[in-house]
Amino acid sequence: MLTPVTPTIRSRPVYAPLEARPGRLHLMVADGEGADALVDMMGKASDRSQILASAHMIYAPGPNGTDRTDALKALGLRQFFRAPTVPALLPRLIRVLADAHMGTQFYLAGTEGLIGQAEREIMATGFPMGAIQKEHRGSTVRRVQCVHCKGITENVATDPFKCSHCGLNLFVRDHYSRRIAAFQGVNIDAEDPGLVPEPVVRFK
Amino acid sequence: MSLDFKPGAFDFFRDETFRESFTYRNSNPLRFPFPFDRDDYMYSVNMEPHVPGRKGTAFEHVFDVDEHYVSEMIDRAKVLADDPLRCQSLPHMTLAGWDLLELIMEAKARDYPQWFSLTKNGNRWHWVNRPLGIEQSLTFLDESTLPYGPFEYITRQTQGDFSLQDERDNDLWMDAGMITSQADWSLDFDIGMSFMEWHAPVPLAHEKGVFDRALKFLLKLQHGAPVRRFNWTMTVNPLLDTAPETYPKWGPTKTTLTQENLGAKQHLRVELQSLWRLPRSNAIAFDIRCYLCSFEQIVTVPKWARRLHRVVRDLPEELAAYKGFLRNRPAMVEWLSKYDDGAPTSPGWWPDD
Repeated sequence: MLTPVTPTIRSRPVYAPLEARPGRLHLMVADGEGADALVDMMGKASDRSQILASAHMIYAPGPNGTDRTDALKALGLRQFFRAPTVPALLPRLIRVLADAHMGTQFYLAGTEGLIGQAEREIMATGFPMGAIQKEHRGSTVRRVQCVHCKGITENVATDPFKCSHCGLNLFVRDHYSRRIAAFQGVNIDAEDPGLVPEPVVRFK
Repeated sequence: MSLDFKPGAFDFFRDETFRESFTYRNSNPLRFPFPFDRDDYMYSVNMEPHVPGRKGTAFEHVFDVDEHYVSEMIDRAKVLADDPLRCQSLPHMTLAGWDLLELIMEAKARDYPQWFSLTKNGNRWHWVNRPLGIEQSLTFLDESTLPYGPFEYITRQTQGDFSLQDERDNDLWMDAGMITSQADWSLDFDIGMSFMEWHAPVPLAHEKGVFDRALKFLLKLQHGAPVRRFNWTMTVNPLLDTAPETYPKWGPTKTTLTQENLGAKQHLRVELQSLWRLPRSNAIAFDIRCYLCSFEQIVTVPKWARRLHRVVRDLPEELAAYKGFLRNRPAMVEWLSKYDDGAPTSPGWWPDD
């Protein structure tokens, strides 16, 4: 099921269930439980065999270890590639995008970190946002940029958390940059150094 | 231009600092664009035509060059030397940068001929900026003839932060910015965002429809008919560069206020924002000009003293929190209350003559 996102502020991304649409190439990028979104979509697709014949799927296990490689392979996609992690998946995505033409349908599913980074690469090639569908599934851990040192901390679960680059204690805002593919982290004890609230697990 | 240029060639420009020693002062507080036209405040679209206004005020010319010009440009050069990410322009925004360069050079040469001159021979231009000691021959629209891109070149010589908005898909995209005197927002994070995205963190205004109306209004903005509005916040010390990037450095100063030092340290920070449709690129230039005035200078104007007290006292809590002065509001109200005798104030923002 789609991971529910409470709309907060208007830069915070929102998501919708994937639906198969006509296209020349169906590029699917997913991690972890995002695989289930694609399996569900294919289960409902009326032109299933046509999509399978022009589908390229790039997949990595989720940050929580969820690995649905077998289920995806069983779909019978024309091309399937499993990367060990999201960073390892991106070079292949960039290479595939270099040959993707207008009329390509993009399906992104899984964690917000995977969706955001894939979306950034697709948009950098000039594809319209309308060609990109996004369904958030599985873990809600966040990719957060420290506004102070600019370092990005992956898989942030608590709020506040310690920046993995500069060590400042950051609170996690809902303000989100598609260009950076990250939420914003801001020093929580800047005005009162040392007064850091107990971290709470907000993202699982 | 480098960090080496010095004030002094003209007596008009103050040699002052916006950091460490904080020697910034206004010689004439009556010149300050006090932003409150009534005794309370709430967000509104509040746009009006940006036309030249009263002599001797910040409104006299459309790009106001005041006594702080040279020192502000030195401060900007220092900010950029520390963090070049404060000026960014996405590749498709170069033409808009040229548009802005032309707009500013023409306006300054027209309004301040004693300081600036622009000579054109076709596309071969000669620009002189005497206060900053700059002479530059350039070929308009040829980037190789300038030491920086056109946007950075001209905004290193112009007070006020600037952003350039590209218009696509019935929306405005903030695709370039020179942001060194900002009220706590990050260009590096926000660049590339749509109008609603970069305004996302502002409380209350979305629900009131302010941004929907503002975007509709701006999409109709015409070349040659700029508009302006005010925004404001509070800053401890006359610090221009209140960036989120450096918040751990300046955040602790918020805890240093006492009733004794508040009048000198606490500043009302006013943004006189003007918006300009650009002719070639169809982009919109957004000039966010920051003016600072200490509380002790503001209260020398009795009307402003009474009104500032009432606005600060009655501001909704969400706005005081968003503007970052919730913790100091009680101290500000206590200090300002001494200058409010409860008398009625006249409408409009001008001091009573």
